Amino acid sequence: MFAVENGLQGDPRLQAISDAIRVIPHFPKTGIMFQDITTLLLDPVAFKHVVDIFVERYKHMNISLVAGVEARGFIFGPPIALAIGKVISEEYELEYGNDRLEMSVEAVKSHERALVIDDLVATGGTLSASINLLERAGAEVVECACVVGLPKFKGHCKLKGKPLYVLVEPSQLEEGLTF
Amino acid sequence: MSGNKQEEDPRINGIKTKIRVVPDFPKKGIMFQDITTVLLDPKAFKDTIDLFVERYRDKNISVVAGIEARGFLFGPPIALAIGAKFVPLRKPKKLPGETIFEEYELEYGNDRLEMHVGAVEAGDRALVVDDLIATGGTLCAAINLLEGWGRSCGMCTRDRVTRIKGKAETQGEATMHACGVPMMILAEIFGLIIWLINFWLCTGNSDYADL
Repeated sequence: MFAVENGLQGDPRLQAISDAIRVIPHFPKTGIMFQDITTLLLDPVAFKHVVDIFVERYKHMNISLVAGVEARGFIFGPPIALAIGKVISEEYELEYGNDRLEMSVEAVKSHERALVIDDLVATGGTLSASINLLERAGAEVVECACVVGLPKFKGHCKLKGKPLYVLVEPSQLEEGLTF
Repeated sequence: MSGNKQEEDPRINGIKTKIRVVPDFPKKGIMFQDITTVLLDPKAFKDTIDLFVERYRDKNISVVAGIEARGFLFGPPIALAIGAKFVPLRKPKKLPGETIFEEYELEYGNDRLEMHVGAVEAGDRALVVDDLIATGGTLCAAINLLEGWGRSCGMCTRDRVTRIKGKAETQGEATMHACGVPMMILAEIFGLIIWLINFWLCTGNSDYADL
């Protein structure tokens, strides 16, 4: 579900966020229009908008844990966790294989209500792995949250049965793009 | 300079006690200072950020540069609180746009830190953030990277940094003194090894250019 579908239609902050994200064509490989959030981080107002919108959504949802996916999830997770007063756990992507995530076993207590955060959702593979990790540790994943997401995640799209909340779509998508 | 030889802020002990020591990680003989347990304690994490924000909020800092990956956990909250840009300094090939890089020495071989071209501009006053300092190699690479665009650190040059060798327990501090860059260390563990979050305030000498 996108923010515009859930009460934030016309919110000027969303346009500011979208405008602050830079598109880099053909990175990491030909055909991919990479959504570069580092330019968002250079705009303190737009960066704060991202945090504010997520905090507004999650502060009353009884979240006890924010899980940030390495490495760009580490940038967005902590400010949200600090604002809602909750703990942060980290999930690490291994460098030699792009299909494996790790989490410290002591990080999660049973029955935690977890929020998973990453900068972008494309296939949903990383977020699905994160959900698996947290559930195996006994947590309940309440929602996954991303700054950018492909349009296919509109509506009540779920990942492994969990809702997904996305702030903006990519501002440029080539026809026939595959992620 | 550790900056806290006078009365220690009461929050510091709370933070120190939350750091977990993991023996023999990543290899035998190393007592790894794990700050992830600080993140699991909202008060300790908030105190950590507050201590740095209190120190830096009126220092006219326009850029907070965080070193991948644990610097990403501490840098952005500080940047947001003081209204500064956040710039990630990353391992090779992670940043999608045009980059500049600085190499630094590891125990065996070299590694490299990269930054996007255009992330910092002339006149920016930069703070560098990481979770831990040991030898100071990574932090010095960060300074050199930022400095390469003519920003601050008037006394810090690559030659001066790489020539510094010292005892393990003081190497980091010695390196930083030679750099001429002030450093704030939140906590010293066991009095031997300097750990935890280190910030360098580059005092912005606009007369110095190293382009």
